[in-house]
Amino acid sequence: MLEPFFRWCESTALGRAVAESVWAFPILEAVHLIGLCVLGGALLVVDLRLLGLGLTSQPVARLARNARPWLLGSLVLMAATGVPLFLSEAIRAYYNTSFWVKMCTLPVALTFTFLVRERVARREADAPGATGRIVGAVSLALWFTVAAAGRWIGFS
Amino acid sequence: MIERFLGWLGETSWSVALLESLYVWPLVESTHVLTLGLFVGTTVMMDLRLTGIAFRRVPVTAFTGRLLPWTRFGFAIMTATGLLLFYSQPLRYYHNIFFRAKVVVLILAGANAAIFHAGAHRSAGDWDEDAKPPRAARIAGAVSLAAWAVVVIAGRLIAYNWFDCDLQPQPAWVNRLAGCGVGAAGAE
Repeated sequence: MLEPFFRWCESTALGRAVAESVWAFPILEAVHLIGLCVLGGALLVVDLRLLGLGLTSQPVARLARNARPWLLGSLVLMAATGVPLFLSEAIRAYYNTSFWVKMCTLPVALTFTFLVRERVARREADAPGATGRIVGAVSLALWFTVAAAGRWIGFS
Repeated sequence: MIERFLGWLGETSWSVALLESLYVWPLVESTHVLTLGLFVGTTVMMDLRLTGIAFRRVPVTAFTGRLLPWTRFGFAIMTATGLLLFYSQPLRYYHNIFFRAKVVVLILAGANAAIFHAGAHRSAGDWDEDAKPPRAARIAGAVSLAAWAVVVIAGRLIAYNWFDCDLQPQPAWVNRLAGCGVGAAGAE
């Protein structure tokens, strides 16, 4: 049922342009990777702190506030590069298990990050409590899954 | 001479096994790529502080004291996985212009870090809480950001065989930069 949609994705002008260009896919992927680095940093600064590690002298709320533009910006960058990457090989993605693992975990990670983690970071007392630790750990586990599944798309 | 050593290295049984492995090589490479989030990620956050762009009310020594150990841990993993990847195909990487560029910029990034830690960082106590660190620190941060971006991009492009020595004819400049052992017949 979804397959016609994925076929249409691959037939879009953008999808075909990326697929037919020698340079487009590698450059898009490289920028996607840069986004991954910034996202990793923005997440880790807060998640490490929630786990009672890293910048422990700093209030969680301040770190979360400071990291937020970089969290948002890197996500936007990854989406902006991820969509054309996907369009260029939508059918291959459709039949790829890792792609589905990534795409199903991604909304969970996003929801968790912005609905749960942000609230906890704002409220969390300066000494990490059990809630903070669990939230930090879940955040890292979710985003690690997204990243690992994303990398594994290329291997399957 | 280097070529002979690398050629021998690439024919050792472990090198061959690694390259031909079903899961080990992909896992090593995936670890290398995912650890970028830890290594380059924490580096970027610290560089954002050093350039005065972000985290302005966090003392610089908080980053260099408490986050840097994580960066170093990430670097250790990057190095270990990177060496393994190189070992799986030494000659191919040796002759890959993107790999060569990556190594050169890696050395520059390292030098930049060393200069910062031996220089501006020594007086960090004086400017620790300044939203805008002194110029030397800001330059170090900016150079670091640029260098690591180049390393990541060059690293990603290694996989592409556009300038491989065995895909002659290549332009003369490619053969020179990649150290391809071709005579005039192979060059354009």
